[in-house]
Amino acid sequence: MLTFPIYLDNNATTPLDPRVLEAMMPYFTGKFGNAASRNHAFGWHAEEAVDYAREQIASLINCSPKEIIFTSGATESDNLAIKGVFEMYASKGNHIITATTEHKAVLDTCKHIEKIGGKVTYLPVNAEGLIDLKQLEEAITDKTILISIMYGNNEVGVIQPIREISAIAKKRGILFFTDATQAVGKIPVDVEADGIDLMAFSGHKMYGPKGVGALYVRRKNPRVKVTAQMDGGGHERGMRSGTLNVPGIVGLGKACEIAKQDMEKDTARLSAMRDRLEKELLTIEESYVNGSREHRLPHVTNISFKYVEGEGLMMGVKDIAVSSGSACTSASLEPSYVLKALGLSDDLAHSSLRFGLSRFTTDEEVDYAISHVKEAVAKLREMSPLWEMFKEGIDLNSIEWAEH
Amino acid sequence: MAYSDKVIDHYNNPRNVGTLDKAKNNVGTGLVGAPECGDVMRLQIEVDENQVITDAKFKTFGCGSAIASSSLATEWLKGKTVDEALAIDNMDIVEELALPPVKIHCSVLAEDAIKSAINDYRVKNGLPALEMAKSHH
Repeated sequence: MLTFPIYLDNNATTPLDPRVLEAMMPYFTGKFGNAASRNHAFGWHAEEAVDYAREQIASLINCSPKEIIFTSGATESDNLAIKGVFEMYASKGNHIITATTEHKAVLDTCKHIEKIGGKVTYLPVNAEGLIDLKQLEEAITDKTILISIMYGNNEVGVIQPIREISAIAKKRGILFFTDATQAVGKIPVDVEADGIDLMAFSGHKMYGPKGVGALYVRRKNPRVKVTAQMDGGGHERGMRSGTLNVPGIVGLGKACEIAKQDMEKDTARLSAMRDRLEKELLTIEESYVNGSREHRLPHVTNISFKYVEGEGLMMGVKDIAVSSGSACTSASLEPSYVLKALGLSDDLAHSSLRFGLSRFTTDEEVDYAISHVKEAVAKLREMSPLWEMFKEGIDLNSIEWAEH
Repeated sequence: MAYSDKVIDHYNNPRNVGTLDKAKNNVGTGLVGAPECGDVMRLQIEVDENQVITDAKFKTFGCGSAIASSSLATEWLKGKTVDEALAIDNMDIVEELALPPVKIHCSVLAEDAIKSAINDYRVKNGLPALEMAKSHH
């Protein structure tokens, strides 16, 4: 039986897996101790739980438990990685390379770095959403201290060539940081094989709780350090002060354990489901997938339905929760900067919907979404002057649109 | 952002969607907005010999508020004289549909569409175009 609305916005956040909730529960009440309390059982229990979570996480991403720094989420991890490296390695240089399709938590942190004297290169991406490795190499200077390129994109799901990027970084003696928020728990991420020096991720994108995330900081080959961005008790090897969020950390650990155990099964199921959704929606005339379909997370698809405006479309599909690249609600009226970076025209960017499936999405829900979207697109096109012009063979570019 | 009941009603049951014959002399067509901005409205009026608007149709590419603004505009236009139609102010639309501040531009666009349709009608009938009082953004 279907329950409405149907949640298909799992790149924004995922529901908590009941198994994760179960693991967390004792740490809110009975086992409420402070993991930093060394002198009684309450503290020991909490510390033990945190250490266990570290192992669960380390096992998922193939690192040592000591290399996990707990944070409040991926935004904090992004800030800590970039600002922390910029400060710690100031004597080596002040240049950072990133890409235009990064999450705002990376881009805005880089803008901050520019304000405090750093230099940042923002690499463009091609129509597939991928950076050009040659451009990356050419952007490197003797002042470059960090390359920050995301693993999988939040809007289009495109996966960057992480191993090739890290090989370039390693060859040039530059640290490589990746915001892997959308990738960890969804696809195999191995910091050793992938050559990652720092990596941000969070709990709530992989069926864990909100308000907890981690920064992986490599301890060997090379030993990486970041300057703390908050002063306090010197928790997390001095890199992130603040009493540990024990229930959240237990939840993140459990989410990682489940992800590792279920990944193969989840991926096979989700990618088949996503492909079916995509294939069906592409039967709609003038619809286009945004970004690479080859290098992509298994559970995401981003589709533009030409001549229909995304926000209007979302209102028409109110029984399903999705997101749009249209920014009709923002004062600037600017559509998604990620889609624009892929070279989409503004009107196509305004016409996009992002579908993010989850472990809990059912075939029935996908069936419903398919017919619901088809109906809404047809209805809105009936109402769209652009669709009428297209059908009459009028080239929309030949029209002088009023500046607005 | 939650939409008002009136916006939802116009979105679900848009009034007067359609096309009038723009070749006819007594039909005025206004096409405003731009695809890049995420909203385009086409509003058409048919005027009788007494300067009364006997029919109005719209098609809109845009968000729910843009669709509702143009749908409401066609409702208001029918039965009005051209001069009365010129008096429709975007803030009347904002009030009627309870549009939030970020959606005021939708009402401005609807007002522009009305004026643009009237101007098209005027020019077709040998009258000078009126100055557009407001410009958006």
